Amino acid sequence: MKYLHLVWAGLWRRKARTLFTLLSILTAFLLFGMLNAVRVAFDAGDQLAGAGRLIVSSKLSIIQPLPLSLLTRIETLPGVKKVAYANWFGGYYQDRKNFFPNFAVSPNYLDIYSDLFKLSAAQRKSFDATRDGAVVGAEIAKRFGWKIGQRIPLIGGIFPRRDGSKEWDFQLVGIFTAADPKLKGVEQDLLFHWKYFNEGNAYMHGMIGWYVVKVLDPQHSDRIAAAIDRLSVNSDHETKTETEQAFQRAFIAQMGDIGLIVGGIMAAVFFTLLLLTGNTMAQSVRERIPEYAVMKTLGFSNIHILALILAESIGLVLMGGVAGMGVASVLIPTVNSALGGTLSLPPVDLGSWAVGLVLMLAVGLVIGILPALHSMRLNIVDALAGW
Amino acid sequence: MRIVSNIALILLLAVGLVIGFLLPWWALLALLGALGILLGVSRQGRRTLVILRLGLTTLSQRIGASLVILIGIAGVVGVLVALLAMSEGLTRVLRSTGSPDTAIVLRAGATSELASGLTRSDITLIRQKPGIARNAKGQPLASPERVVIVNLPKKSSGTTANVQLRGVGRAAWTVRPEIHMVKGRKFRPGFRELDVGIGAEQQFAGLSLGDSVQLGSQPWKVVGIFEAGDAHDSELWADADTVASAFSRGSYQSVTVRLRSPGALPVFKAALQSDPRLKVQVQTTQKYYAAQSGRLTKTIRIVGFTVALIMAIGAVFGALNTMYAAVSDRLREIATLRALGFGGLPVAAAVLLEAMLLAALGGMLGGGIAWLLFNGYTVSTLGSNFSQLVFQFRVTPRLLFNGLKWALAIGLVGGLFPALRAARVPVTVALRER
Repeated sequence: MKYLHLVWAGLWRRKARTLFTLLSILTAFLLFGMLNAVRVAFDAGDQLAGAGRLIVSSKLSIIQPLPLSLLTRIETLPGVKKVAYANWFGGYYQDRKNFFPNFAVSPNYLDIYSDLFKLSAAQRKSFDATRDGAVVGAEIAKRFGWKIGQRIPLIGGIFPRRDGSKEWDFQLVGIFTAADPKLKGVEQDLLFHWKYFNEGNAYMHGMIGWYVVKVLDPQHSDRIAAAIDRLSVNSDHETKTETEQAFQRAFIAQMGDIGLIVGGIMAAVFFTLLLLTGNTMAQSVRERIPEYAVMKTLGFSNIHILALILAESIGLVLMGGVAGMGVASVLIPTVNSALGGTLSLPPVDLGSWAVGLVLMLAVGLVIGILPALHSMRLNIVDALAGW
Repeated sequence: MRIVSNIALILLLAVGLVIGFLLPWWALLALLGALGILLGVSRQGRRTLVILRLGLTTLSQRIGASLVILIGIAGVVGVLVALLAMSEGLTRVLRSTGSPDTAIVLRAGATSELASGLTRSDITLIRQKPGIARNAKGQPLASPERVVIVNLPKKSSGTTANVQLRGVGRAAWTVRPEIHMVKGRKFRPGFRELDVGIGAEQQFAGLSLGDSVQLGSQPWKVVGIFEAGDAHDSELWADADTVASAFSRGSYQSVTVRLRSPGALPVFKAALQSDPRLKVQVQTTQKYYAAQSGRLTKTIRIVGFTVALIMAIGAVFGALNTMYAAVSDRLREIATLRALGFGGLPVAAAVLLEAMLLAALGGMLGGGIAWLLFNGYTVSTLGSNFSQLVFQFRVTPRLLFNGLKWALAIGLVGGLFPALRAARVPVTVALRER
């Protein structure tokens, strides 16, 4: 600890160089922070894994509806705790470009997803009591400036009303947030009562998009899924039941291999960073070889020299890296609004910080180790003679 | 005074960069040519070349640092070109889909085919409207179509993906003459036979000619592979009525018609709108598919530019460090030159040119790697109609040129300030440097 000022002085020996190096480390970790947020956003489906939910959809095609009559039959199966259902509504607000996810849902949908949506008890009550009530995520409410109590007209892009008009009217009774910041994507959603949808729409009656089944014991998921699928076998509405995790994974896999793209970019960035800072560090140490020789003459041990240089390189990367991830956490809300709801990046969380810090230590070690070993093995006489 | 001139320089640099990015390739080439002539003809220019040659011959002694600039910039350009190639490929597929002389009819208010529904009587009415081209027998060239999403495993990951099964009318092939069979034959109406787009055949398992594939609850036989050169390459085609019975579908999603001429759309449109029995909308297929592409390509483009911009800023600092180090390594050499009578301008110009040469090499390396790795790389993503769209990365010359521009910009910013230092440092001070 008493050598801290020595490390500090070494770092700022050439101010401009250290500043530029810091800034390039900063940009690398800024990118890391943002891209890791992308990865977390796409992996978020896995977070729901422990919840013990199954998704029942049509075996024919994801867009094929299922009859509501299956509900009671699924509910009575052994091992099933609760069954909710939902239907994709596909409405938009004012203009087609203002697209966001909106669903018609069963009364207990919010209960089955209590680990996903955070809604105050009062607003929940008022949602249950309002026939044409809707609850929306905080992000989408902010985007369109919606306030509780106001009426929201949505254009039913898929489902016209029975009277032929396309405009569906909802009363905004609640605004929810994501229970887990990693799942911030749900704050783009609008939910309303399936009953209201069923009464109002012109074409489809007593049909729903998919069931969500909560099981008593997740270990029996496979058995229960098979039992559910047996209910409709050989009918004209055969089902396909899978765990929510598998369902989400398959959906994300459809977008393309996000992990591969993010990983590729990060590899390019860190490879470049290692080269840049490694070269600078080596150069900075090379310049100071006579100084190290003097320090050795004064009695600094080899280990001391090694530790001093490593402390300098790790300190450098830590300063730049922490600043970079800090900037990333500040920038993410801006990026979210620039993308206009296409993608909701979660804030930089503890997990990302942990991975980032490990990366910083590793990068610091890698770029410091060669110059440090070289200086440690210096022969005092040679080093001084070379001056 | 120094601060004021530096700020002025930074502003000038910013303006120069903006102009540089806006210039088309021929203007930039002309600019480079003019610079070359200036270097060859003027006295200062020839001096610059002498110093540059000196710098380049001693480059091998600074090979580590120079490689850092080169590889750093190659990384930036490589990532930029790869990401933009993805957006380029996607845009190209969707832009080339559809034509100005075919039109698609959807239910009013529907944003895509999946959101649309038309009844059999709607179809009958639509087919009778004026403006539709007719074949030799006088039948309208109109194809009523059903779109169903089916699940098929992706070859690359084995995970299931949504694939578009399009049930088409008999006129579908004449409505879209750009589609031709690569292998096999067209499906026979009334049979559970499929024709598979060439992109779908590549991306999804079990779609080769002769394969039997389970769609819905029945087996279908692949009897042909077709190529359209556009988004239809990601689809499976079958007879509309067979699809209807297999998927218990009554309604249709859309009607695609061949117009008598591109100018016939207003006639057709007016006829549809004036019929009180119909609640439909019509647009050219070209316009329809262009609208479908906007959102996705915009997102990719924003992400690509943001990532590349941040990387470029990082690379600028790296280049600054390297060039400052190069200048301070050669400070005595530079001072000697200046003592011999070489002016500040040739010295600065030579340092700057060296940085930009390295940057250009890096840019070409990065672009070249992106081209080798990604040009023609086929992937698929979730596109319009909630189903897979197969497309290829396209590394176009324009993208490579843009990448080179970015490289030169990084070289310019990273080289300019060290170059000025080389020109400004007093000779007496520099000569005393170790």
